[in-house]
Amino acid sequence: MKHHELIIIGGGPSGLCAAKMAAEAGIDVLIIDRSPELGGQLIKQTHKFFGSKAQYAKTRGFDIAKILIDQVIHHPHITILKEATVVGLYPDRVVTVYQHETYTRYQADRIIVATGASEKFLAFENNDLPGIYGAGAVQTLMNLYGVLPGQEIIMVGSGNIGLIVSYQLLQAGVHVKGIVEAAPTIGGYKVHASKIRRLGVPIWTSTTVQRAMGKDHLEAVELIDLDAKWQPLLGTERIMSLDALCISVGLSPMHQLLSMVNAKTKYINELGGFVPIIDDHHQTTVKGIYACGDAVGIEEASSAMMEGYLTGLYVATDMQRPHPDSDALKEKYDYELDMLRNGPFGIKTKIGLEKLRKDDIHAQ
Amino acid sequence: MRIDKHPILSFPKKEPIPFIFEGQHVVGYKGDTIASALHALGVTTLSYSIKKDRPRGFYCAIGNCASCNMMVNGVPNVRTCITPLVAGMIIERQTDKGVIR
Repeated sequence: MKHHELIIIGGGPSGLCAAKMAAEAGIDVLIIDRSPELGGQLIKQTHKFFGSKAQYAKTRGFDIAKILIDQVIHHPHITILKEATVVGLYPDRVVTVYQHETYTRYQADRIIVATGASEKFLAFENNDLPGIYGAGAVQTLMNLYGVLPGQEIIMVGSGNIGLIVSYQLLQAGVHVKGIVEAAPTIGGYKVHASKIRRLGVPIWTSTTVQRAMGKDHLEAVELIDLDAKWQPLLGTERIMSLDALCISVGLSPMHQLLSMVNAKTKYINELGGFVPIIDDHHQTTVKGIYACGDAVGIEEASSAMMEGYLTGLYVATDMQRPHPDSDALKEKYDYELDMLRNGPFGIKTKIGLEKLRKDDIHAQ
Repeated sequence: MRIDKHPILSFPKKEPIPFIFEGQHVVGYKGDTIASALHALGVTTLSYSIKKDRPRGFYCAIGNCASCNMMVNGVPNVRTCITPLVAGMIIERQTDKGVIR
């Protein structure tokens, strides 16, 4: 069995930032990621970020990914496994990895689970037809591989991801026929919604997808209006032709590996679903196993980075090998995280975190 | 279909990667995953569901949902959305759970 002092599962924004801090503290780190490239979802994000300098404001997502990857890729204390999927996590901090048809066991003194999130799905008739994609998948297909998801598309969900991806679809030359939103109001930032509307894309609120139609590929969808109680209003059905439907109805934290070690989780709607209970150092209820980023609650990539930096610092402190600038950096990233959570969407996270901490069960 | 003009990104023509899909000789490009190469070729049905034989395509693109699982060089359940395309690969649509060898 191979050994590393710290194993980080997930090489997205949070995992990479945690790795940087731990490695700077002299800790030997192994990053494991199942994708061919590090950077998580940042590598296909073409929009510029908001926030402060420390949060890489005004920088495009894929450029932030480059910065974060450069910080770790040549670091002498960091080893990277790509195209490697963690298939097992055990309480004695053993991680089993499947990579290139080979199965390998690793053990670590500490583990950080930074697995991110997965796209939520929507229930409607024929929702499994090819041509129905998650918003993240559409972004990957067009921005990373330069392949169009379709010619005519409808977006489901007007949160920031739905709005941003709609804009990116327009940039790629796709006809976005409209954005469907079940709620009576638009979910995302007004600035994004206005930009989309100025380009002639309608946003249909209090509307949902009733069913999809098509034989081997999506050909049309039936939309229907919803009343104040979110019930379909019969008689408002209309059929629209399209060849791609993009689902952007939120993300779920990927806590499944933590469930394998019986880390306690709790369902918190504000954080996106089941999340592990963590202490002030981001340690789960299983000693030595930590979690950060979207895996502990859906926020923006900027928050995931700040949480990653903090978790890396906490792990180093808990290993009795604090980062040389530990206190100053903790203060800095705590401040940055707080700033982010003071934003318009931050209140949701704050309520969620409060609920999570209410029955905070510390590691034994 | 591949994007040729984009206001932010550039997609220069890359080295062609020949592979075999359902017995046919086809071409993807360097940097493609199996799923992106197939999508660019207009192939959106990647497998058929086990019980009801319904067509299944690409959904999450992060190796999570299993909707893009295919047979690659005789190995079943390969997550084609995160597996880089390699020259000479033999790709087939899967219609069953696959057999462990």
